[in-house]
Amino acid sequence: MRGKRLFIAVFLIPPLLLYGIFVISPYAQAFQISGTDWGGLTPDFEYVGVANFRRLLGDGVFWNALRHNGLLLVLLPVTTILLGLFFASMISVGGRRDRVGVHGVRGAGFYRVVYFFPQVLSVAIIGVLWKQMYAPSTGLINGTFRAVGLDAWATPWLGDPRFSFWCVFAVMLWMNVGFYVVLFSAAMQSIPRDIYEAALLDGAGRVSTLFRVTVPLVWDTIQVAWVYLAVIAIDGFAIVQIITDGGPGFSSDVVGLRLYKTAFTDAQFGYASAIGVAMFFLTLTVAAAFLRVTRRDRVEL
Amino acid sequence: MAHSISRRGLLQGAAAAGVGALTAGCATGGGGDDEGAKGSANANNPLAVKEDAPLEVVIFNGGFGEDYAKAHEAMYAERYPKAQIKHSATQQIGETLQPRFVAGDPPDVIDNSGSSQIDLGGLVSQNALTDLGDLLNAPSLDVPGKTVKDTLLPGIVDVGSYDGKFLVLNYAYSAYGIWYSEKLFSARGWQYPRTWDDMIALCREIKASGIAPWTYTGVHARYMSWPILSAAAKMGGVDVLKAIDNLEPNAWRHDAVKAAADAYYQLAADGFLEAGAPGMDHIQSQTEWCRGKAAFISCGSWLENEQKAVTPADFAMAVAPTPSLTTGDKLPFAAFRGTGSEPFIVPAKAKNARGGLEYLRVMLSKKGAADFTRKVSSLTAVSGASDGIPLPTGLTSVTKMIGAAGPDTFNWLYNSFYRKLERQLVNAACADMFAKRINASQWVDRCQQAADSIAKDSSIKKYKRV
Repeated sequence: MRGKRLFIAVFLIPPLLLYGIFVISPYAQAFQISGTDWGGLTPDFEYVGVANFRRLLGDGVFWNALRHNGLLLVLLPVTTILLGLFFASMISVGGRRDRVGVHGVRGAGFYRVVYFFPQVLSVAIIGVLWKQMYAPSTGLINGTFRAVGLDAWATPWLGDPRFSFWCVFAVMLWMNVGFYVVLFSAAMQSIPRDIYEAALLDGAGRVSTLFRVTVPLVWDTIQVAWVYLAVIAIDGFAIVQIITDGGPGFSSDVVGLRLYKTAFTDAQFGYASAIGVAMFFLTLTVAAAFLRVTRRDRVEL
Repeated sequence: MAHSISRRGLLQGAAAAGVGALTAGCATGGGGDDEGAKGSANANNPLAVKEDAPLEVVIFNGGFGEDYAKAHEAMYAERYPKAQIKHSATQQIGETLQPRFVAGDPPDVIDNSGSSQIDLGGLVSQNALTDLGDLLNAPSLDVPGKTVKDTLLPGIVDVGSYDGKFLVLNYAYSAYGIWYSEKLFSARGWQYPRTWDDMIALCREIKASGIAPWTYTGVHARYMSWPILSAAAKMGGVDVLKAIDNLEPNAWRHDAVKAAADAYYQLAADGFLEAGAPGMDHIQSQTEWCRGKAAFISCGSWLENEQKAVTPADFAMAVAPTPSLTTGDKLPFAAFRGTGSEPFIVPAKAKNARGGLEYLRVMLSKKGAADFTRKVSSLTAVSGASDGIPLPTGLTSVTKMIGAAGPDTFNWLYNSFYRKLERQLVNAACADMFAKRINASQWVDRCQQAADSIAKDSSIKKYKRV
């Protein structure tokens, strides 16, 4: 017994140690630092109690950023999952029907690959790419509008606070949908064909098949997707920083970017850590709430 | 099973290991003071450098590259052959060096530049920098009879000083103004306007010819705050800028600032700005300008280097001061904003701070500065160091502007004291005004409110410009 214990411990301790040093300890330190006025450049700091959190409550710029994360949190998972489900079911069961059952749309294999392309690109490349797409005079989007005579629609997209946030939102949708298409198609592949055939025999249309057969049977996957997307919505730092850097003004700011700027351009690591701690609890709460709300009895196949 | 492995036990063990690691690798731990290496001062070694103390130099590997620094290091090595020099270059100055500041083990000289530079206000307020005063008072390395301070261009000491202490040496010299293509202007018979009325008249003519009179970067719209504040300083005198730097109440509501904001708002109101500019970043707008889509752009003298790859060969880039707003302006038309860039610092905890100062003295020698200008096509903080060196057209026009202005150069410091005020708040106000979302008086209000919010914020250290 002793030998077995030692054996297991030998395998478990190194990863746990690494996890402790590189994940747990920075988190723990963030909690400690959030109670200080540390500036991040010397080892000196003073404890200021909850002053940073009090300041957070009255910080309009922070709330503005949080509001954007809130919008993302409400809209990004819903739209991504709906689009993902739509595309995935088009690929799996959207095409003609014959004696052997339903097929995907023509060229389903091609779409499956193409949808996944954005996932292959790094966030940095996606950001730079789309920044050029939105460029006012040389960008593809305005260029297309001008080419078809819609000159009035050509807008400095990223330079207009009415559009900047939604421009970034569109990119986030574009870069995430593909992955969930693949995820949902894989889940749909594991649904036995005869269930669809039975539904067809009972006279179910495509829409009711989607919502009454497919969705309940891939619910576990949707639930996971929901939590992932919620976490992406609460973050959003990298893509926002590259495309708009939060601008113009603060019109596309997100909390992650606020944290970064507070720490690295304002040299207020204490306050930035307080933002981080607030985000930590926010993410945790949202993940727990989503899991609870979406909890349902599992359907055994 | 008698003794099964308890999951809780394992977790507790891991937690204990984590806590151990935590105390060992704490981000805020470390530190410790040491005096730093010091030799004895003499005529040849006025800064009391310890001859065999190693010197570590970290260079921002950006537009200027790192070769110029290797040449300076070779000059240092010639003077102190026993010293071992460690050279490194990076684009991530902040990410690389911030932990070393915390650990109390920073390099001796840092070129703190680029987009991830370490916040200078933070470094100053946390007493992380060596006072460079001794360097200013030391004799110049190769200009006989002058101290280092005497050899510097006006504005260099001001911009590196915080509460009267000279802490940051901005080695490169940047002149700010309005840029145009001499080729375009002579082909069309246009003259650079010396007054704002002439500017508006010329803009009308340019617009009629099918070219946008101005372009600007909406993403970094603060580039357009530079001509506004320059015009205000020329109209109302440098005290206008001092009030702004010192966050005085209603400093931005000064009549000169209002008049300047009104003048530049007219560019937006009369449709003299290139369509789409609000959505462009600085590279996009500068490229539009280089492609001849717009006649004027506001920028600093790094523009020529930044646009080297896309500028047509016969473009003939030129810079001029902002046009005078009134005939009663306190400063002449030739006055312009000139200041340092490329900030070099010597950390307070550097092991060889004396060597760091000496390295800066080597850089500020006429020979070192001329070598920099030759290698990277940029002027330096050293007055007259570019004499006799062939310069590209844009830089030649910068030297002409410097010569014409004489002592009439000015600068503001609020952007280096309170980075956020310019980079985020004034930037946002400019973006809104030049996209006509707000007018000039609302712009003034927004800037004043932004300055007031900084003044009220007790977490930001305040500086006084004298």
